[in-house]
Amino acid sequence: MLVSLLRVYLRPYQRPIALIVLFQLISTIASLYLPGLNAQIIDLGVVTGDTGYIVHTGVVMLGVTAVQIVSAIAAVYFGARTAMALGRDLRESVFVKVGTFAAQEVGRFGAPSLITRSTNDIQQVQMVVLLTFTMMIAAPIMSIGGIIMALRQDVYLSSLLLVIVPTLLVCVILIISKMRPLFRSMQVKIDLINQVLREQIGGVRVIRAFVKDTHERQRFDGASTDLMDVSVRVGRLMALMFPTVMLVMNVSSVAVMWVGGHRIADGDMQIGTLTAFLSYLMQILISVMMATFMVMMVPRAEVSAERMTEVLDTVPSVQAPEAPLVRTRHTGDVELREASFSYPGAQEAVLHGVSLVARPGETTAIVGSTGSGKSTLLNLIPRLVDVTGGVVLVDGHDIRLLDPADLRSSIGLVPQRPFLFGGTVATNLRYGKPDATDEELWAALEIAQARDFVEAMPEGLSSVIAQGGTNVSGGQRQRLAIARAVVKAPDIYLFDDSFSALDYDTDARLRVALRAVTAKSAVIIVGQRISTIRNAERIVVLDEGSVVGTGTHAALMSSCETYRQIVLSQLSEEEAA
Amino acid sequence: MSTSTSRPAPPRGPLGHMMGGPPAKAMDFKGSRRRLVGRLRSERRLVATTFGLAIVSVTLSVIGPKLLGNATDLIFTGLVGGRLPAGASKAQAIADLRASGQGRTADMVSAMDVVPGRGVDFAAVGQILLVVLMVYVAASVFAWFQGRVTTVIVQNAVYRMRADVEAKFGRMPLSYFDSKPRGELLSRVTNDIDNVAQSLQQTLSQLLTSLLTVVGVIAVMVYISPVLAVVALVTVPISAFITITIAKRSQPQFLRQWSTTGKLNGHVEETYTGHELVTVFGRKDESVAAFRELNAELYTSSFKAQFISGLIQPSMMFVANLNYVAIAVIGGLRVASGAISLGDVQAFIQYSRQFTQPLTQVASMANLLQSGAASAERVFEVLDAPEQSADDSPVVSPTKVSGRIAFEDVSFSYDPARPLIENLDLVAEPGQTIAIVGPTGAGKTTLANLLLRFYDVDSGRVTLDGVDIRDMRREDLRANFGMVLQDTWLFGGSIRENIAYGAEDASEAQISEAAEAAYADHFVRTLPDGYDTVIDDDGASVSAGQRQLLTIARAFLADPAILILDEATSSVDTRTEALVQRAMAALRTGRTSFVIAHRLSTIRDADRIVVMVGGAIVEQGTHPALLAAGGAYHRLYSAQFSGAIADEDLEAPQPVG
Repeated sequence: MLVSLLRVYLRPYQRPIALIVLFQLISTIASLYLPGLNAQIIDLGVVTGDTGYIVHTGVVMLGVTAVQIVSAIAAVYFGARTAMALGRDLRESVFVKVGTFAAQEVGRFGAPSLITRSTNDIQQVQMVVLLTFTMMIAAPIMSIGGIIMALRQDVYLSSLLLVIVPTLLVCVILIISKMRPLFRSMQVKIDLINQVLREQIGGVRVIRAFVKDTHERQRFDGASTDLMDVSVRVGRLMALMFPTVMLVMNVSSVAVMWVGGHRIADGDMQIGTLTAFLSYLMQILISVMMATFMVMMVPRAEVSAERMTEVLDTVPSVQAPEAPLVRTRHTGDVELREASFSYPGAQEAVLHGVSLVARPGETTAIVGSTGSGKSTLLNLIPRLVDVTGGVVLVDGHDIRLLDPADLRSSIGLVPQRPFLFGGTVATNLRYGKPDATDEELWAALEIAQARDFVEAMPEGLSSVIAQGGTNVSGGQRQRLAIARAVVKAPDIYLFDDSFSALDYDTDARLRVALRAVTAKSAVIIVGQRISTIRNAERIVVLDEGSVVGTGTHAALMSSCETYRQIVLSQLSEEEAA
Repeated sequence: MSTSTSRPAPPRGPLGHMMGGPPAKAMDFKGSRRRLVGRLRSERRLVATTFGLAIVSVTLSVIGPKLLGNATDLIFTGLVGGRLPAGASKAQAIADLRASGQGRTADMVSAMDVVPGRGVDFAAVGQILLVVLMVYVAASVFAWFQGRVTTVIVQNAVYRMRADVEAKFGRMPLSYFDSKPRGELLSRVTNDIDNVAQSLQQTLSQLLTSLLTVVGVIAVMVYISPVLAVVALVTVPISAFITITIAKRSQPQFLRQWSTTGKLNGHVEETYTGHELVTVFGRKDESVAAFRELNAELYTSSFKAQFISGLIQPSMMFVANLNYVAIAVIGGLRVASGAISLGDVQAFIQYSRQFTQPLTQVASMANLLQSGAASAERVFEVLDAPEQSADDSPVVSPTKVSGRIAFEDVSFSYDPARPLIENLDLVAEPGQTIAIVGPTGAGKTTLANLLLRFYDVDSGRVTLDGVDIRDMRREDLRANFGMVLQDTWLFGGSIRENIAYGAEDASEAQISEAAEAAYADHFVRTLPDGYDTVIDDDGASVSAGQRQLLTIARAFLADPAILILDEATSSVDTRTEALVQRAMAALRTGRTSFVIAHRLSTIRDADRIVVMVGGAIVEQGTHPALLAAGGAYHRLYSAQFSGAIADEDLEAPQPVG
């Protein structure tokens, strides 16, 4: 997954990657060259006592060092640039992709998961790529180069590498393979602690009211002790890692000394070679170790890449038509004909065979218990989801034949959770109509019963709204969301349980004010409160995805048992009449 | 693992308060670091052990190369000796060399312990190598033990830190939780403590050995050759200078990178959360444009940060290489002049590697330390937060209460600048149901907060059976209350455990009895695992209304004298809603109950209905009496049931947030 993702996204960067490899190669060769020169200093300078040669070779070594740093810096430069550019490209791809999703896909992944996939997961991949460019590429070059150089120094001595390198690999891999399951279990324990703490902070009132502090402390302590136990086990393995590597390296140098000493004594090898060989040995072993450590990071990036690819490979369930129809009239007529919807693979359809008509200037209300499919029905109209059977018509056209942007320009939606964007009151209100005047904004606020509190804010329309609208109360948020839809002046209003946070009084005044501006628009309201919807021209009662009644309040009270039940759970017999 | 510090930082500025994460600027690094180290004091003995083990291990591994150098010397001596004619004395051999014009070789040989004609003494070499082998094995074993002890120290310290924070939560006033975003708090106790753990683990074990190694290596180098030692030592200030220079330049770029990451994260979060709005309102292009801008900025700053900080490694390598060249040349010259042996130069080269490597490590650890200190600071902030007043004078500890509650001239506000409740009087006789109605922000929930002493009154008093509740221990007071809140709180555990939350020793029969009374028994039995069904974090297996039934069952089982019921506003399907109301009514019988009502239909039979507006009681009485009075209650009532407009403004000044 990681490899195929990178193959696609690194393609534009072939040239810088080639440069990175080149510079790493130069830098590595330069590093490898130094011990060889050192060996020459000893063999040709020290042993013969030629000081001129020593100084001369020293100058060459300086030059090699300079080449080394310049190419190392160049490698870091291109490495950082390419890795960060990769991150940028991936982020944009994922973000743009999510933009094409229908509500269904967003719901399937969940917004928090999509956020993590667009940021944190990409960060993981980006980090691994950066480390690969700056370190990992150097590791095999260094080991192979080191082996070549070692061979050049002395072939016989190099045969020791056949024992040493595998020994180190086996040791490191053994330790890492023991560590990996512990890492995973550590992650689980951390999640558990998070969960306990989340519950404790969220339920602080209940915990205190039930006087369960001691019990909670014990529960937390249990999780915390568990985490400590695993952490200690991981820590102990980690503590083993470094000394083991150190031991393998040191024992190897002793072995080289012994074998090398004999070869020198026999005249098969020069003494300087011994020193150089030791340096190469260290370099080879260090790169083997580095490579192994890197390998430890890869599985995590692999998971991240998988999560990203999942997003990128998703085909949005709502697609724009290739040659959209152009509407001749914009009146706001909405009609559902035998509309059905079911999630792929689901046994039960969410909506089956729903037919309804909503006309301009009228209010159509949809009621039903939770899970009856009310919100899904509403989502069909702006094509947040597409029908799986039947058809949705707006102004007489199948909405799947229209340009989605054109269709949506006719619709004002007030969602169930009244979400506001970070910015000011004004930027939020202008969300659907960027060129609206201040007067239009105030008029909309007036209708939404929000004028008073916006006026009371220190900066009026320019008052800052926090992301999500968390700095205003739930009721205020709902009213601003309604005002936002009103500013857009759409042909079709969709209110998804949009009055729930308002007290009855405000709710009533708002609906009356709304009547004036919606005289020519179709209004579709999903509601829980009977008082909100009882005056609608048409009430559609949904039960388990099917329409069980359509009509006015009075008609339904006598004809529809489900409706009667809903009403009587909220009102008494005489109030309902 | 250490890369997990690359967690995106939160945005600061006006919106930044909503999310957790390390602060953009650490306020008092030195203080936090000192305090962090101070927390290790209780592990004094282990810390001393770890120091001891580290010293032994470092000393051994520092001696190693010197011994190895001795072996090289033996080989070299043997080699030179083997070339000289056997039988001649050393002086004679030197004289011969000079005579043949090999003056320099003669100089070198004169400094060596050469026996002409004798080759390499492998018995001696073998002996040395055996010793070296033992030294290295011992060094590794000690290093291993040191690592194990360090792990225990760090994990103990972190465990205690977690426990301290959790215990602290228990002592903090509720206002703390109400004022801080939950995510922010959670981030401190999880991410930050985790970060502290990692930095401690890495710095404690590595910094110690690194520093000790530097010291040890310098000592041996000075011992072998003061001149070469000076050459090597020059690298210390150079390294420090380079590290500081680079860190100074990368720091602002890192800050920019994290703050941009935060902004980008915010934009992504906003766009995804408001996905349907972005779609329906046709704002996709604007959103992508804004994203591109932030993304480009993130690219620039992160590239700069990574490039500049990435310079540390090659620069340090460059310094190490310079050092290597200098030692090779100067050492070579000195061997040639006979001032030092070849083995010593070889040892020196190994030492200089051993010396620059920990230096590089210390340099790259600087970043980690910074972020660890920043996290520690955030944790300490929590530990230093003011605590609620102690229950210092538990004058009365009621055992069996009748349940008479009285608010006497109570005033209270969350924010002194915004008075909320003023001079409120209210009495609930034992067994009465008091319904509280009024618009949002009228202070209904505040009454519950005062009753349970989540907050204490500013003036006046609240009494239970005539005793000021501030004279009771909070726990004793709360033991008399039961609560069913809108925000149904269930924890991750089985349904059985959740119901028995107030009474762990409840029998199976009692639990199902309570569930039956709360109309929860039936639906629980329809679940595949029945009472053993595990409620997960978001309670996907159980609907909102069913969750409420479970909390009612919990209250039944706890059997309190006084009840606080906060009705759900919406999102409960209508059939379950009816069950919830029946269950609540059953629960109320025989108990003093405060019902915070949103639907007027459910409270008509309350003993008293209290209408609150703007923190004051504007009306109270029974349902018929209030209707007849034609005041605020009447208006509320008609608005709810007729859908008509009430012109009078009933609305209270809205509290923000």
